[in-house]
Amino acid sequence: MRLSALHYVVIALLLLVVVLAVGAGLSKDFIARINAATVVFYLLGGLATFCAITVAFSRNILHSAFALMGTLAGVAGLYFMLGADFVGVVQLLVYVGGIMVLILFAVLLTRDITDIKISNLSVSLIGGVPAGLLLLGIMVRVLVGAPFKTTAAIAAPTVGRIGDSLLREYLLPFEVASVILLMALVGGMVIARRAVKEEAGEGVPLPHPGAPHPGREDRHPSSEANT
Amino acid sequence: MPYSAAVQEFVRVHGLWLIPFFPAMGALINCVFGALIQKKWGKRPVHIIAVGTMVLSSVTALYFFFGLLLPRDPAQRFLLEEVFPMIDIGAVRVMFAFAMDPLSGVMACMVTVVATAIHIYSMGYMADEESYWRYFGYLNLFCFSMLLLVLGDNFILMFFGWEGVGLCSYLLIGFWYKDTAKAKAGMKAFIVNRIGDFGFIVGMFTLFWGLLGMWDAVPGKMSKVDDGRCIPVMTKPMPVSKHAAPAGDKPGPAHHGGLPAPQAGPRARQGASPGVRAERARKTLMAAMADGIISTAHAAGPDQPHSPQRLGGIQLGRCGEKQEGLRFLAQPPVSVGQTQQVYVGPTVSFREIRDQLAIEDSSGKRVVADHLKNGTLWFGIPLLIFVTFGFFLGATGKSAQIPLYTWLPDAMAGPTPVSALIHAATMVTAGVYMVARLNFIFILSPEGMTLVALVGGLTALLAATIGLFQYDIKKVLAYSTVSQLGYMFVGVGVGAYWVGIYHLVAHAFFKACLFLGSGSVIHGMHDLVHHRHGHGPPPDLRLAPDPTDPQDMRNMGGLGKLMPHTARTYLIACFAISGIPLFSGFYSKDEILWKAFSMGNMSWPWAGKLIWALCALGAMCTAFYMFRSYFMTFRGRPATEEHVKHVHESPRSMTWVLWFLAIGAVLMSLVGSTVFVPAAITHKTPWIESFLAPATAALSDAFQKPSLTHNVVLEWALMGLSVVLAVIGIFGAWFWYKDLSRTEARMEWAKRNWRFVHVLVFNKYFVDEIYNATFVRGFHLLARALGWFDLRVVDGLVNASSWALRMLASFFGAVDYKLVDGAVNGVADTVIGAGRRVRRIQSGRINAYVMGVAFGVVVLLFVVWFSGPMGR
Amino acid sequence: MTALVSVGLPHYLVVAALLFMAGLITVATRRNAVAILMGVELILNAASLNFVAFSRFVHGGVAGQVFSLFIILLAAAEACIALAIVLSIFRNFKSVDVFNTTTLRE
Repeated sequence: MRLSALHYVVIALLLLVVVLAVGAGLSKDFIARINAATVVFYLLGGLATFCAITVAFSRNILHSAFALMGTLAGVAGLYFMLGADFVGVVQLLVYVGGIMVLILFAVLLTRDITDIKISNLSVSLIGGVPAGLLLLGIMVRVLVGAPFKTTAAIAAPTVGRIGDSLLREYLLPFEVASVILLMALVGGMVIARRAVKEEAGEGVPLPHPGAPHPGREDRHPSSEANT
Repeated sequence: MPYSAAVQEFVRVHGLWLIPFFPAMGALINCVFGALIQKKWGKRPVHIIAVGTMVLSSVTALYFFFGLLLPRDPAQRFLLEEVFPMIDIGAVRVMFAFAMDPLSGVMACMVTVVATAIHIYSMGYMADEESYWRYFGYLNLFCFSMLLLVLGDNFILMFFGWEGVGLCSYLLIGFWYKDTAKAKAGMKAFIVNRIGDFGFIVGMFTLFWGLLGMWDAVPGKMSKVDDGRCIPVMTKPMPVSKHAAPAGDKPGPAHHGGLPAPQAGPRARQGASPGVRAERARKTLMAAMADGIISTAHAAGPDQPHSPQRLGGIQLGRCGEKQEGLRFLAQPPVSVGQTQQVYVGPTVSFREIRDQLAIEDSSGKRVVADHLKNGTLWFGIPLLIFVTFGFFLGATGKSAQIPLYTWLPDAMAGPTPVSALIHAATMVTAGVYMVARLNFIFILSPEGMTLVALVGGLTALLAATIGLFQYDIKKVLAYSTVSQLGYMFVGVGVGAYWVGIYHLVAHAFFKACLFLGSGSVIHGMHDLVHHRHGHGPPPDLRLAPDPTDPQDMRNMGGLGKLMPHTARTYLIACFAISGIPLFSGFYSKDEILWKAFSMGNMSWPWAGKLIWALCALGAMCTAFYMFRSYFMTFRGRPATEEHVKHVHESPRSMTWVLWFLAIGAVLMSLVGSTVFVPAAITHKTPWIESFLAPATAALSDAFQKPSLTHNVVLEWALMGLSVVLAVIGIFGAWFWYKDLSRTEARMEWAKRNWRFVHVLVFNKYFVDEIYNATFVRGFHLLARALGWFDLRVVDGLVNASSWALRMLASFFGAVDYKLVDGAVNGVADTVIGAGRRVRRIQSGRINAYVMGVAFGVVVLLFVVWFSGPMGR
Repeated sequence: MTALVSVGLPHYLVVAALLFMAGLITVATRRNAVAILMGVELILNAASLNFVAFSRFVHGGVAGQVFSLFIILLAAAEACIALAIVLSIFRNFKSVDVFNTTTLRE
């Protein structure tokens, strides 16, 4: 995996953090504050961020897929740190265990024989990254600057409470969510079905990729209409 | 009662309309169906209809005249028939009405009788004519128009007739229209006439304009319908003519207390005081009552509707006065001193205008007449100048006086009976009649009368001199007509209206006789001409340059033996026209000369004498050329042998008429004298003078007194002088022309020594040429100029405007094409272009879409950041 | 320094923002459909992390966690469908390059 620049930035930041921590640990004041939670947080956060960057900038799709798995794991860990034990577990089970497997299957099933390395960062790099960074900047500024009223945390198992909420306040979304899952199930099957039933006259065949149709370039519309 | 006047009393009759109606019917039948009738049944029915209607008309006229007019009291001799209102709009009321008073009665009788005679003559004369029906149709039409003119009660009807006779004159002169020269003569007549009609119209309009507002000067009760007023007027007796009594003459019978005969106007009546006149009028009334005739007083009626309606059988006049329609019963006149309602307001009727002009107030001042006299128009020129000059211009056109006489000689291109009827007896006399009819207008203007008399005198002399050298027999007669009309105008111009009318009637007879005689001669000569065709010109040098011209007197000679009746009647008529005693021309012409000499109505004192001199000289010339024509035609040797063989007397239908007219010419002297003795000797008022007095002496006290007291010796001397002049003329003609062989030599001598005069007179003073060079050419130039104007300027404007419109249209078209369509197309193109560019956003790539979303969020955040409370 | 050390709400939010940015960049720049899907998962996770963080630090009970559960649930459903679509695309276009799937453009 080739590390992009951002990778290096993140690593550098993390290292900085480590250095700072080490350096600050030598100061008495600072040591008193650092605790395991902080370190763990930074580790997990760093992992998640690093893997996210990898997902964004990796040239190899498999690397992206596995990095995503790492991100999800890191996020799950952050959930645990936030005291959302059930949500963390569900994240690990569903997201990592289910969705990631699905994505991996998709990656593997849709691999183009000819090339694995698709030029990913072709045109849009110039437009996408600055926009993202800009957005990031705004969001950070907002989120950091906003005076949220924080309260102390209560460490308690949340399963019971979540279960309660699901069946009390959030009953309707719960039911609807189950219907959505059913729909997704059925829909997925329908969409992914092999279109071998063309002889039964079902559905209009999609245009052949080799057929003359608006292709890759941005052609003049009017000349296209005459063809 | 402040106002008094001699109001013309009238009697309503029924049947006057028949007099013009009969010839109108004849004209209608002959003009519409004549061709058909002639084709199917020949010429006989045509002339039966024409002559028959004329006979009926003359019988009716004579019946009315002798049966209804004459037996009446002189003050009542006015038959009125209002047939229907032609125009009845507000203040204007023009009735289709006929009026027969002494003047129009005389004219109507003369016209109908002479016209009937000429119709009968035409039967023979035009027997070979193919358009027989057209001729008689036109002739009847002419008689209808003339009768309308003469019998019309108002200006409008008179003008109808005036124009109608002009039209018929044109139609008849150009009867043989296939000959261009003849057609041109007809056109000339009509156009010159038209100029005169313009004068008539100007006079008429100016008169009415001048009469406007006159009733405001006269207070009175308003008439019901229009702006006029009905004012009560005390009746005065009708004036009688003032034939000046000799000084120291024995008084008339009236002073003896005897009742005067109703018809005789005693000469001593003049100069009597109003009181005496009133006394006399009362006596008349008492006499009438003594005769046992019911006296009905025509009192002023109560407030009655205005128009002449019938109220239980009684007709009401305009002011509500009762007018019984009594036809046969005699009724006494309105007694003097009684009050009548007289209508004072806008009117066209002669009678009403005369009544209005005659109204005088208690001081004797004629309010309306003074209003008219004082009216001015255009820089202070008196209104009456325009009126009288305008009317007289019409008269010169119709009656062929200077300056509009040039059409009459050319009018001889028409058939001879036409010349006789129209250009001798009737149409040309319309002008004289008009002046006589409008005597109450002319009297108010001495300048107008001077003009009339002076122009008449000049024309008389001028035409007489031209006639001296004419060779065409009809042209001689034409100029003679112009000359005699001049005499008539002198008569009516100096104020002696009855004299002019008397000469008119006499002239009608003898001139018609002369014309018909010449027609007879021409008729006879025609046979000769027809025979002569095919032979070469005879060697006699005496003959005319055109030996085949039947009208040229040089081709005639010695016809007296061949056409005895014609010759004798012609001679009688020549005596009449020359003014030989015993023939009617003498009495009338002599009276004219005396009146011109003695009456003092002219603007300048010596004008009368001048006119007398002109007329006397003209009389000599008249005698000379008339007898010249007689000698050349009927005396001397026949021109050729062929004359003797072929020229013959005319048929009986023609010669009887000739004799009738000749005898009539002689008998006419009876009405103007006392058994052939002139009035100057008997000192009795001629019958015709007293008969015409009520019609022609309306405002006669407006006359000045004759400047000469009645000098009997002078009158006799002048009478003798005129006779002597006539005899000199006759003798001169006899001497000059009796032997035609020596005539030529004398003529050559005269031409050599008096070349200038001869050329001038022989060429009719070049009047026609002058007119041609000035007026005719001028109008042609004007017509060309106007035509050029129309072609270039008017058409140019039209074309230019159309061009401008085309330019404008093309401009707007271009605007529409380029601008509007361009805008529309431009919008479409813009939309398409924009769409093309905007369409590229939809690239189909999800990445781009997401980026779009992200960008949008960024923008939104920025917006919120910078505007919300969180920002800055 | 103190802010960096004592971990509080903003730290979690920053981490979530970082994940969000990464996910956005992935969606915006990648041509592989599955990669785009992965970016979407990242975004969802970032949101979910936000929810849980708020649930922990702001008084509100377990509402945030419930919401996070739902997000996971829906992410699952959506991933299922999306991957089915991707398979369809792969079948029809013989590749998952999203630059081929622009047929609805005109």
